[in-house]
Amino acid sequence: MASIRVTEILAAVRAGSPDGSAMAGGLVHACARSLPVSGVGLALRTAKGPAGSVVATDGGTLAAGVAAVFAFPRRVGAIHVGVLDLYRDAPGVLEAAELTEALSYADAATLLLLDLQTRADGEAMPLDALAVSDDRAEVHRATGMLSVRAGIGPAEALSLLHARAFAEQRSIRDLAHDVVRGTVDPTDEGDDP
Amino acid sequence: MTGPEAARPDGQSPGDQEGAMTRERRLAEVFVALADTLVEEFDVVEFLQSLTDRAVELVDIDAAGLLLDDQRGVLKLVAHTDESMRLLELFELQTDGGPCLDCFATGSMLANVDLAEARERWPVFTEAALGLGYGIVHAVPMRLRRQVIGALTLFAVDRSPLSDDQLGVAQALADIATIGLLHQRAVRDQVVLAEHLQTALHSRILIEQAKGVLAARAGVDVATAFTLMRSHSRRRGAPLTSVAEAVVAGALGPGELQPVDGAG
Repeated sequence: MASIRVTEILAAVRAGSPDGSAMAGGLVHACARSLPVSGVGLALRTAKGPAGSVVATDGGTLAAGVAAVFAFPRRVGAIHVGVLDLYRDAPGVLEAAELTEALSYADAATLLLLDLQTRADGEAMPLDALAVSDDRAEVHRATGMLSVRAGIGPAEALSLLHARAFAEQRSIRDLAHDVVRGTVDPTDEGDDP
Repeated sequence: MTGPEAARPDGQSPGDQEGAMTRERRLAEVFVALADTLVEEFDVVEFLQSLTDRAVELVDIDAAGLLLDDQRGVLKLVAHTDESMRLLELFELQTDGGPCLDCFATGSMLANVDLAEARERWPVFTEAALGLGYGIVHAVPMRLRRQVIGALTLFAVDRSPLSDDQLGVAQALADIATIGLLHQRAVRDQVVLAEHLQTALHSRILIEQAKGVLAARAGVDVATAFTLMRSHSRRRGAPLTSVAEAVVAGALGPGELQPVDGAG
């Protein structure tokens, strides 16, 4: 998840939205500019089910109707956060390089949607913590363990890992390692014992 | 310390003394069993997991891991034998430089690479592998026509090289992994291939989350948690990913996952 391209995309989107409120809009517009598509939409899913469209580009160019849709369901294992949809008025497939770019936007979208989902549940993570991401097995094990120990859902557990790693200026992987070993409790606001 | 412990997950021995016929027969059985999983209700991660287990059983090696292209230019670990964290890190280290990455880049098998002579080629990886007691490493490509979609890495403690026959078995296992992953469908374009790869990678993440949930709930280590989920999956004939989903959702707890009669 933390490829250089994803980090670039998130940084650009973040720069265009000082208070964070326009990040989702920035993402879909940047995605539509970067790829040969007519429009891009982002829909959120919460633990309760689909929560509807978050934002979409203006589909004004779709006079001829939609001829191709590329849907990227976004999830982190058991955590389903929504979907990134690309559509266009001309049929055909995405070429390999376009697909790589689309997947990078999809990864960036996953992090934004995860944030929106946890915000919807009342728990916000600092926006800059979005860039703290890692896909190693230990991070996912720590997510599972933390959700049990703290009595929270896996989405909140993952967000908590992001937020704590960011606050402590350490890698999420290091933090996950300590969580798995049981030496750190990220729900504890104070310093480590 | 942990590497050489790499146990055969099913406790079976390849039966070296019983000769080549036994191995041939076992090989045929394994391929039939693997082909058998390619029907409906197919669970890709369980399939790839069995494949790494069978690699340890059938080829003279001690640990196996399978990495797939995430289509963003990074290889991700999707199945591996042995739950030791240091071995896991060794597999993951390869994404920054190691036999798997080289094999993925060239599409060619790297066979019988003596780690004592690999320090310059992959400094970090080699140090870590030697530290775990491994002497030799092999990487086998997973090829789809001209494209490489992943690679199988094999580690052995003993430095004696694998024979061409054994390497052939390893390549056959990697080929059947590719077939299984693409699951009989004609992969006409990159988007369809992407769906298959993304599903496999996310199923793996789900299983890691479930291991964490179950380890914390049952107060066991991650390896035990995984064994509990796999044996439950086998007993019930339920896909491993469904078991993992139920564990994360809290619908399946340590109580339900214990073997009923202790026979496992």
